[in-house]
Amino acid sequence: MGTGRLYAAVAVGGFRRYATYRAATAAGVFTNTVFGLILVYTYLALWDERPQLGGYDQAQAVTYVWLGQALLSTLAIGGGGFETELMERIRTGDVAIDLYRPADLQLWWLAGDLGRALFQLLGRGVLPFAFGALVFDVALPSDPATWGAFLVAVLLGMVVSFGIRYLVALSAFWLLDGTGVAQMAWLLSFFCSGMLLPLNVFPGVLGEIVRALPWSSMLQAPADVLLGQADPLGTFLFQGAWAVALLAAGRLVQSAATRRVVVQGG
Amino acid sequence: MGDIGHVGQTGRVADGLRAYRLIVAMWIKSTMAYRASFVMTTVGNFAATALDFVAILLMFSRVDALGGYTLPEIAFLYGLSGVAFGLADLAIGSMDRLGRRVRDGTLDTLLVRPVPVLAQVAADRFGLRRLGRVAQGALVLGYALATLDIDWTPQKVLLMPVMLLSGAAIFCAVFVAGAAFQFVAQDASEVQNAFTYGGTTLLQYPPTVFGKELVRGVTFVLPLAFVNWLPASYILGRPYPLDLPQWVAFTPPLVAVACCALAGLAWRAGLKTYRSTGS
Repeated sequence: MGTGRLYAAVAVGGFRRYATYRAATAAGVFTNTVFGLILVYTYLALWDERPQLGGYDQAQAVTYVWLGQALLSTLAIGGGGFETELMERIRTGDVAIDLYRPADLQLWWLAGDLGRALFQLLGRGVLPFAFGALVFDVALPSDPATWGAFLVAVLLGMVVSFGIRYLVALSAFWLLDGTGVAQMAWLLSFFCSGMLLPLNVFPGVLGEIVRALPWSSMLQAPADVLLGQADPLGTFLFQGAWAVALLAAGRLVQSAATRRVVVQGG
Repeated sequence: MGDIGHVGQTGRVADGLRAYRLIVAMWIKSTMAYRASFVMTTVGNFAATALDFVAILLMFSRVDALGGYTLPEIAFLYGLSGVAFGLADLAIGSMDRLGRRVRDGTLDTLLVRPVPVLAQVAADRFGLRRLGRVAQGALVLGYALATLDIDWTPQKVLLMPVMLLSGAAIFCAVFVAGAAFQFVAQDASEVQNAFTYGGTTLLQYPPTVFGKELVRGVTFVLPLAFVNWLPASYILGRPYPLDLPQWVAFTPPLVAVACCALAGLAWRAGLKTYRSTGS
């Protein structure tokens, strides 16, 4: 089996694993829709007070809300990805089995997580977004190229999100119980990805800082590409640079970690 | 006969409360065995809740009012919603694990014990760390009370604790109804997040922000408006977006009792449909 096919199989496995839980997916769609509904009204009130806030008009702000609900689980912004599982495998020592496999640890989990993300995008993302687009006044591009660029930005966002969470998960090699770190990481990504509020609404220097951090690749970047607020190529470059940097950092930490791996018991 | 039935019922409630207290005490003891972990998770709980208020602060860094309400007024609503929901979450927030127990069959263990199932499920894995949420809400409420210039009357002062306790009871009813739903839905435990976490998020913002239909829905169908919107409108001296008489502000205790009764019925119906996985 070629290496490419191996990782493709892992990705398909990740997709199918999450596709199994239909009731949970339906429940997630419902919850995302309700939260979208609540947030839309608060955003409308905000943009009512300050039209053109952050360079968005009302329709764009509404679109942003539904994009956030659609991408929340896809990009595992509030958790729900592979990280808790990998941390548990590191804690119990099962990670030794993963290291034994004739596959690269990082690519293995990346493939599985991309499969999960793709399922979440289709299974949990499309419906709340469609609901929002039907019920509210939204700003969607008619140009297929913009939609294509948006999907590329989402894919890059998935990789950046993975890169961050992989580092978080590897912390378990040193801490054993990484629950606290994972929780802090989720809060940070909620704040810095634009999930809490669009990053272009953040005031002054704080706004400039969060927009330069890797988390802005996750929600803010794809949203700005779709809303026509950012140049796609520049956005891809920004996201790609962070993806490469984070994956490289993950490699470094991984090699440091595996050199000191101690398998408990047995 | 009726009398004996009545005594039996109150006896059962007292039994349930006693069992609840004992199980909760056990979980607190077990939590305190890992003190550092308790402190960290409580701080995490506080921080996660505080994020919602950070969003509001960020909004107010760009505007002076939202839906016609100022920052202290919204902080008042936020604090009331946060404390009421936080108390409910602290008391019985672990009930959303019921779906898991139904799926893996561990609910059977609870059914054979001579203690009301509701008390056991409610106290299951009692999380003292949820005090973090209550504390965060209380802090914001304190800020609001310190900055707002409220024209206090004895009625308004009395309404404060009544509103908080009734609000907590209303949210408890939502938790119980959500758990009852999980007997049927099992995997779909996330649905109740829309009403619990979604509900408290909704109530953090003034009613004037939302569409009339939504406000009607949470006033007449799922009466979350009685947690804070209606009584707080009275205290703040602001008109409620729906045309309701002023005495409605004092009805939260009645609404809470009605909600709890309905949730209790739903719980019984749910428990009756339970079929063990048999494994």
